[in-house]
Amino acid sequence: MPRIGTDEWVAEQELRTETYSGLTAPARRAFDRVGPGPRFFAFLAICAIFPFTTDSDFLIRVGVNVLLFALLALGLNIVVGWAGLLDLGYVAFYGFGAYAYAWVSSEQFGIHWPTELAIPAIVAASALLGVFLGLPSRRLVGDYLAITTLFFLQIFVELTLNLDRLTLPGADEPLNLTGGPNGIPGVDPMRIFTIDLLETRDYFYLLLVVFALAVVGLFYLNNSRTGRAWRASNDDPLAAELMTTPVARLKILAFSMGAAMAGLTGTIFAAVQVGVFPQNFEVILLVMVYAALILGGAGSIAGAVLGAIVVAAVPEILRTPENSRYLFYGVLLAVLLTIVRPWKRVAFLAGAVVLFGVVVHEIVAAVWPDGVAAEASAGRLGGVLESWVVLPAENRTTIGNVAFVVLVLAALALTQLRGDARLLFLVPTIYLAAFVWENRLIAQPSVTRQLLFGAILVAMMTTRPHGLLGTPRVENPI
Amino acid sequence: MDFFVQQLVNGVTLGSVYALIALGYSMVYGILKLLNFAHGEVYMIGAFIGYFVLTALGGAADPVLPVALVLVLMFLAGMLGAGILGVGIERFAYRPLRNAPRIAPLISAIGVSFFLQASALLLFTAQFRTYDTPELIPFTTGIDAGPLRISLVRILVISSAIFLMIALWYLVNRTRLGKAMRATSYDREAAAMMGIDVDRVIVATFFIGSVLAGAAGVMVGLVFGRVFHFMGFVAGLKGFTAAVIGGIGSIPGAMLGGMLIGLAEAFSAGYISSTFQNLIVFLLLITLMIVRPTGLLGSPVLQKV
Repeated sequence: MPRIGTDEWVAEQELRTETYSGLTAPARRAFDRVGPGPRFFAFLAICAIFPFTTDSDFLIRVGVNVLLFALLALGLNIVVGWAGLLDLGYVAFYGFGAYAYAWVSSEQFGIHWPTELAIPAIVAASALLGVFLGLPSRRLVGDYLAITTLFFLQIFVELTLNLDRLTLPGADEPLNLTGGPNGIPGVDPMRIFTIDLLETRDYFYLLLVVFALAVVGLFYLNNSRTGRAWRASNDDPLAAELMTTPVARLKILAFSMGAAMAGLTGTIFAAVQVGVFPQNFEVILLVMVYAALILGGAGSIAGAVLGAIVVAAVPEILRTPENSRYLFYGVLLAVLLTIVRPWKRVAFLAGAVVLFGVVVHEIVAAVWPDGVAAEASAGRLGGVLESWVVLPAENRTTIGNVAFVVLVLAALALTQLRGDARLLFLVPTIYLAAFVWENRLIAQPSVTRQLLFGAILVAMMTTRPHGLLGTPRVENPI
Repeated sequence: MDFFVQQLVNGVTLGSVYALIALGYSMVYGILKLLNFAHGEVYMIGAFIGYFVLTALGGAADPVLPVALVLVLMFLAGMLGAGILGVGIERFAYRPLRNAPRIAPLISAIGVSFFLQASALLLFTAQFRTYDTPELIPFTTGIDAGPLRISLVRILVISSAIFLMIALWYLVNRTRLGKAMRATSYDREAAAMMGIDVDRVIVATFFIGSVLAGAAGVMVGLVFGRVFHFMGFVAGLKGFTAAVIGGIGSIPGAMLGGMLIGLAEAFSAGYISSTFQNLIVFLLLITLMIVRPTGLLGSPVLQKV
């Protein structure tokens, strides 16, 4: 398919001429040779097999979360990635879909619509709401649109919290619309064409089908006349307008399509969770969806999916110390393999870090025996680590805190070094990271999650502002 | 009447804090066109620094130095610490993204905000800290003229906020650095061509904005007492809203917006039921944005071709 828009062509110049080097190069070249179609079907196949490989309901639940995130990110991609509208009220549509489904299929009002009717009706209503909330986008540009839509989200949260005792004129008793902070529990399971969806596994497959249809649909939409018009009006609204592109109408269309996808995802979420609660739709979710999209690369379908996997699945692995330890050292190794090259330097680095650790451990053991007295938490790696990482028996929290601050400063200093100096400075920094990890972070998974999430966002943006799979854009100066 | 005056004082106190936070948002936006979502966290760190200085000097009940000196040291440390943090954030999280797509620094800012919040949680734990101001400056001192009762702490907070704003006005309008800041905000490229060191101006802007946020943090600690790792989020949102109402990028606008939000909050909490209070505020904001898309004192955006 011919590329339209020279900006992208110019921006991609570097990527096209890029030659891979380092240890991972053959794998990356092989990945590039496979086209997007086979890649997508391979991904679907892996997803379809996934529920058979495990009995744990928790793991399938994680899979459901990943797919929900992926659908949300894909919908947001229409608004943010293609049309370039900073919609900070996006999660409100997701919440609207969930609440609307709860209204028509629970004991809240005693209404139980068939699912085949409820879903299309709610999707249509969400799209309509999207048109309505998209109207200000004709007048507001850039950040002002972002702020206004953020206010919409705040209003939505306020409404869900307070519409449980609405006194209508003429009514005898206050109307309970949203259940307030308690939400609406006991939402009906879905029943699509005589198939009852009762288990988490069933919803996983439903989501997978919706996801596959959405990806295929969006792929063709992106290359359609409308998709090109969106990208054109994003690149330069004024020029696009002069070329008779109906910019205002396209913006509203993007808003409502994003809203429809979010609404659809919301209905499935309500059914999976068997209830809707106000705290499901707060700003934090918005941030996570944005992070998924931007990490993966705004404007890229595969990027949105990859970002959703990273954002929704990785935090789950961090729940147990054993798994999080594997993840920590694994990611550390993977990052070094991709960044440091040639492989001789990687080998030098690995050897130096191990040696450095052993030496430090021996020195501390000789000077301050208490410093290595504590035991690493359980796990297969634990035994090995005990003779490498310094684990003080007392004042662990204070020492860990100081080490954490030093580690942050060291990591910042690292970004300012180049060449051999950076390689040498990496050795103590990596050891320090392992020290902080084993002593302080591994015991506090929830803090660690947030910490890593923030750090990854900053690191990712400063090194690859266009995301993992996104196309660099040549931005017009304002 | 008593009640009205009391709410007015409350509103002005809150408003000065919001205005100081809003100024940081507005100044950074004016120069970089960046919504600095980490600003609320800078304010939080400022409040924590004030707390630790107070504790290090013997605590509120038994300070080792005269009270006035303790207060001055708290403000200075909080402001300086916040300022250095702000400059660090700019250097490592925003400067590499100077010419990236607009959304990249926004996400980076959210990342910084998460990171700082989690760091505070890790280092200081989730426990609430209190300044114990009544022990330091008894609430009974202050002006007490019939219906008008203002405690000394509030007088202190309001007057130092006014002092900081006047200092800022002087800096922006009467000094060489201020001139450079205004020029950079007007047109960064042209300013660079005229020999202005744009990077230095940006660093200075971040420093000044963060210093004001740090001062706001110490003030909130003094008046409302509680300091915790999550306090930056709500205050950041309020300060940001204040900046937008006033017209983001406009310095008098930020002051006006902060005062308006503070007064609106105090009076609606006092006179209207609190159930739909936030709802009404947000609906008013949306109406304002649609009627005047650039805020009360913001200048209309000229689209260059």
